[in-house]
Amino acid sequence: MTLLYGLITGLVFGFLLQKSRVIRYDKQIGALRLMDMTIVKFMLSFIIVAMVGVYLLREFGVVELSLKGTILGPNIIGGLLFGLGWGLIGYCPGTAAGALGEGRVDALAGILGMLVGASVFSHTYPTLKASVYTWGDFGKITLADLLGVNHWVIIAGLVVVYVLVLAFIERKNL
Amino acid sequence: MTNKGSPWSPYLAGALSGVLGVLSVLVAGKYLGASTTMVRAVGMVEEAISPALVETPYFQKYTLAIDWQFLFVVGIMAGAFISSLMDRSFKVQAVPDMWAKRFGTKPLPRLITAFAGGVVAIYGARLAGGCPSGHGLSGLTQMSVSGFLAAAGFFLGGIIMARLVYKGGEQ
Repeated sequence: MTLLYGLITGLVFGFLLQKSRVIRYDKQIGALRLMDMTIVKFMLSFIIVAMVGVYLLREFGVVELSLKGTILGPNIIGGLLFGLGWGLIGYCPGTAAGALGEGRVDALAGILGMLVGASVFSHTYPTLKASVYTWGDFGKITLADLLGVNHWVIIAGLVVVYVLVLAFIERKNL
Repeated sequence: MTNKGSPWSPYLAGALSGVLGVLSVLVAGKYLGASTTMVRAVGMVEEAISPALVETPYFQKYTLAIDWQFLFVVGIMAGAFISSLMDRSFKVQAVPDMWAKRFGTKPLPRLITAFAGGVVAIYGARLAGGCPSGHGLSGLTQMSVSGFLAAAGFFLGGIIMARLVYKGGEQ
């Protein structure tokens, strides 16, 4: 059943990603060249809705958070490395699949590269584990944990920040 | 714009996807993410070649089989395919318009760049612990500190590389 949910969720998500054109190379590189912020509008809209939704449902005890560990070394270095690669491929792992679905075959070259990269990573992981992964381990924490403030205060603050970012983007016609 | 069909507003599609993300957590207990699938896929290939290849601590962290996320990624491909057929925006294209404007329409340079970018991007995503779906969307949804760090890295690294790739050209 879980497998079926995965497929259905993917179908709907792929449909929405394609309909709003955020899976396109031109949109992703457009954002990184600060020319077209379509993907940022998509992402922030997602985050605002999902953040409020998930935390609301959590108050009723029907959903749980599933946090990824905060370790400064891998989060920051890995994040930057991903970004450098993203600027070349112009797709992220999910959107590469979607771009291939709408016929963009350069995404297939990118996916093959990702498979090779995943293999290289899994064979170099022991070295990383002994080094990068030990730099600045804070465990699984949210911004609310870090600041020691009630999570709804942070959520409200973030919504304001995100809306201001979107307003700025709109004013600049990006 | 060369887009055929009528694109939806990214605000509408993003908000609807946000609802989808919440439903996925509620119904299946799954936050959206994509990059682990690359590990599983290549792990299954390596296992088929020789089981000894996947006796690494990293592959052993994962069950090397088709799972929720694997089908989620397959679903994205199928959903985009269906959507692009419906509004007739499906197009077999090896060189994106923006790339063609700057570097011409020869496919090979684009394909090599995409391949190289894929290698670097996934290495970074696995090191960071996720991609723009897992860290970006799902991480920021949960206000995970790791999500903010990774997302900042994604965009900073991406802006730097996009500048390097497109430097000197107005288009």
